Amino acid sequence: MAKSGGPAAPSASMAERTILQTLADYALQTFAVAAAEVEKLRHDPLELFTRAVQPVLWLMLFGEVMARVRGVAPGNLPYLDFLAAGILAQSALFVAIFYGISAIWERDLGVLQRHLVSPAPRSALVLGKALSAGVRALSQAIIVYFLAFALGVGIDLNPLKVIGVAAAIMLGSGLFSTLSLIIACIVKTRERFMGIGQVLTMPIFFASNAIYPLSLMPAWLNAVSHVNPLTYEVDALRALMLTQGTSDYGLPLDFAVLAAASAVLIAIAAKMYGRMGY
Amino acid sequence: MPSEQATAPGPVAAVSIDGLTRRFGDLIAVDRVTLKINQGEIFGLIGPNGAGKSTLIKMLTTLLPPTSGTASIAGHDIVNEPAEVRRHIGYVPQLLSADGSLTGYENLLLSARLYGVPRVERRQRISRALERMGLADVADHLVSHYSGGMIRRLEIAQCLLHRPEVLFLDEPTVGLDPSARETVWERVLELRARFHRTMVVTSHLMDEINEFCDRIALIDHGRIVAVGTAPELKARVGPNATLDDVFIKLVDSERESIDRRNYGEVRRARRAEREHG
Repeated sequence: MAKSGGPAAPSASMAERTILQTLADYALQTFAVAAAEVEKLRHDPLELFTRAVQPVLWLMLFGEVMARVRGVAPGNLPYLDFLAAGILAQSALFVAIFYGISAIWERDLGVLQRHLVSPAPRSALVLGKALSAGVRALSQAIIVYFLAFALGVGIDLNPLKVIGVAAAIMLGSGLFSTLSLIIACIVKTRERFMGIGQVLTMPIFFASNAIYPLSLMPAWLNAVSHVNPLTYEVDALRALMLTQGTSDYGLPLDFAVLAAASAVLIAIAAKMYGRMGY
Repeated sequence: MPSEQATAPGPVAAVSIDGLTRRFGDLIAVDRVTLKINQGEIFGLIGPNGAGKSTLIKMLTTLLPPTSGTASIAGHDIVNEPAEVRRHIGYVPQLLSADGSLTGYENLLLSARLYGVPRVERRQRISRALERMGLADVADHLVSHYSGGMIRRLEIAQCLLHRPEVLFLDEPTVGLDPSARETVWERVLELRARFHRTMVVTSHLMDEINEFCDRIALIDHGRIVAVGTAPELKARVGPNATLDDVFIKLVDSERESIDRRNYGEVRRARRAEREHG
């Protein structure tokens, strides 16, 4: 192919590459991984609906019953509204936390190895995966929005707030999917991962403010929940998604925690991702 | 860069391996391998299962860091410049690894982007690669509907987009029917003939190795037992010997005495590779 009249060979040496080019390549490589994931969703959109079953059950069964218990949600906020933000975060968490499985799957198929022999930096591959987990979670969010709306939850459709919700979900999903990827890099088999995935999801979900406020918790659990990033994701979602919602910690802190945790995890995952090729 | 070197006369080492070693725990999967593979050569790696062929290829493709020793590919060191090495190689792993949930075109697009193929050339290079591998008609079908031979050709197409100097093909014809095998080899030979690409190929089918490889290395217990052209290797065993005879003779003679240990070793090598990696 090289000699068939095309322009000169593409691979310039590292020295010749400007920083700008490197950055553009990096962005493209990250985008490529995420774009492939979106294509997959497009080819098999049914997956989105099967995943929507769980939030439906939580809101319609758990939510409707708990709504009869007085004083769970703070202030005048109806419990179903309180829960809707938590379930939105939960459905994104569930999508993200099993992301490692697909990495193990790709490794068993050899897909992952092919990505690893490309010149794309490991961190670009990891970031692309985080981004695609975010996109997947966004599609969940649309379903939860519709559902919550149908159940009479006071949804705030101010475009700026909707964008804020999308940002919080992208960050939260990126964060937990990267955590999942790190675990996959350590355990390396699907069987081991399944066990750990289950064990991990429960405490992340229950040791957070997703379905009850931290004020109801015993002191030790309250402390644990304060270092759980999901708490900050839910806090942000509550403030942004609901007409009557408020943030306990303030949106700047929420987003700072999510961004910082994502950055740290992506850095760790980028270091470990290469081992998946062994 | 690749095309300029490709026209240079005389044998130039495309791959130069120097004392390459990989241990998994106390198992030595690849043991001080030293080897030169020339530019434009189709080089065959043969040897029993668990002999270390795949481990060797994983090190050369920078997937696995060596325990000691090193190698250079197109002049770049696999230990110190893995990113540069990756720009100059293509790799088709043993498993059928194109993404089944994407179309052929989407698979190629992903590769083109990961390899930083300039935007203006992407479409053209992809359609050329599809044509070259005889996949233009099925480009928009999901790869999960492809036959094994089509997937293999797609994978080779994916490897060609960035015009690598060295192509690593780990058992490219495993699991393919004879006509699909034939097609894969036809395409490989065509690439070599037209673009002088270097290919490193592993296979268990001695007929193909005999027919298509310029030189062959026989690996056993992680070590190179013999290197040479097919006639050279056959001459070492006797007149009228086939490459199968070479394989059986050179591998087995060493093996019989430690037969049981060896069986365990193959399993251990596999397990070690899985667990460590």
